[in-house]
Amino acid sequence: MEILQHISEQLQKGEDGDVRRLTQSAVDQEITAQKILRDGLIAGMTVVGERFRDHEIFLPDVLLAAKAMTGGLEVLQPHMIGGRVPSIGKVVLGTVKGDLHDIGKNLVGIMLQGAGYEVIDLGHDVAPERFLEAAREQGAAVIGMSALLTTTMPAMRRVVDLLAEADLKGDVRTIIGGAPVSQDFADEIGADAYAYDAAHAVEQVKALTRRTP
Amino acid sequence: MEGLRSRLQHRLPIIGDGGMGSALFERGLDPGDCPESVNLTRLELLEEIARLYREAGAEIIQTNTFGGSPLKLASYGLDGQCEEINARAVQAARKVAGKEAYVVASCGPSGRTLKPYGDTEPGAIRESFARQMTALVAAGIDGICLETMTDLQEARLAIEAAREARGGGEFPIMATMTFDATPRGFFTIMGVDIPAAAAGLAEAGAEVVGSNCGNGIDNMVKIARRFLEVTDLPIIIQSNAGLPVIEDGRAVYPESPAFMAERAREMITAGVSIIGGCCGTTPDHIRALKELIDG
Repeated sequence: MEILQHISEQLQKGEDGDVRRLTQSAVDQEITAQKILRDGLIAGMTVVGERFRDHEIFLPDVLLAAKAMTGGLEVLQPHMIGGRVPSIGKVVLGTVKGDLHDIGKNLVGIMLQGAGYEVIDLGHDVAPERFLEAAREQGAAVIGMSALLTTTMPAMRRVVDLLAEADLKGDVRTIIGGAPVSQDFADEIGADAYAYDAAHAVEQVKALTRRTP
Repeated sequence: MEGLRSRLQHRLPIIGDGGMGSALFERGLDPGDCPESVNLTRLELLEEIARLYREAGAEIIQTNTFGGSPLKLASYGLDGQCEEINARAVQAARKVAGKEAYVVASCGPSGRTLKPYGDTEPGAIRESFARQMTALVAAGIDGICLETMTDLQEARLAIEAAREARGGGEFPIMATMTFDATPRGFFTIMGVDIPAAAAGLAEAGAEVVGSNCGNGIDNMVKIARRFLEVTDLPIIIQSNAGLPVIEDGRAVYPESPAFMAERAREMITAGVSIIGGCCGTTPDHIRALKELIDG
């Protein structure tokens, strides 16, 4: 569908205003919110993610695209609720204690919202106990933790341990990410999943929240 | 002692000091703490660290002010004490350096992202550096080194602020950026490659350019070579002791002093002017570099 392709292209260029305008147009044309989201916004952001991974574009372009995506999501929001699309689940996100880097986490938050999750973003420098507290209060199914500094990664282990101590490991799953993080580290600390970028995070969270038979 | 600017004209290698953050972690700093808070509470630690690097052969003692700009300090609620934090760091370094070594002020990124892709105005970043650098200059420094920069515009704003704070002073302004190795070459996370970095930093007024952090010595040698290809300015390289890995719940840097020194030989032959260490490096790393140069 041409307008959705146009949305994707303008999102890739970081054209916030155009993406909002075109998203509204698509809504006015009675294209469903889900379709606009999937084939317009997410399609564009996915291309951005791939180009970033391939080092064709860099952080400024990713940030501008993310702004455009947020703009599009804002336009869609009332139509998603109006269409009674319920949130698939709640995800608590945060950058761990001692770490102030949050761009990656913010992108994951945007992509998860796009995928239909309700995201509770605790920000950065989040103490392990706070992750737990928020997950409990909100009835979240997943805790997502981000770190850019190797030195702050041990805080991720603490969250996993706290969940085990509180006997919550079955109810609340953990996913970790960030430049120095790895699948090995996730395995070592007992985290349920590891994601190497925002798009991968969405796939992983979907897998974690799929109803087990 | 000959001024640093004049010394650089000889084009002979000068040894910098090693990592501060890792040294502070060893002495009880927690990952969540503000490293510059030590300037207010445990100044003796800075003197101890400086003394160990000086004894190892460092001719440059850098101040513990990497995160000392008010914008960065604000995330710890310490921006109100910016002047004190920066001045005390210089005092501690000077106490050890005296007139025999150079006190160079370390200035790291503001932690904010510039508009339009971020939320911060250029003026705010420039003002923040200006405030920090005014305090540093007043305390008496022999150089300013902008470190771990990834955004060229931010680095240029910092250089402008440094020039203004320096006024009629003589000390050199140095600027280093952090690069990632990609299949397409070295780029900062904001997309700045080495030729663009060298040109942009020089145009803004940096007198020494180069790289710090983000890489072990092998990549740093490559980065150094690229810088040497694209600029005639003196080059400064401060390498990590490799990329850290988690062992037993702690970050460990794998590159040994001997390894680093052996690989650094190439950089010295190629003509890098200042060689120091960043994250994970220790007095032993500096000692090994000194032995290499003396040998």
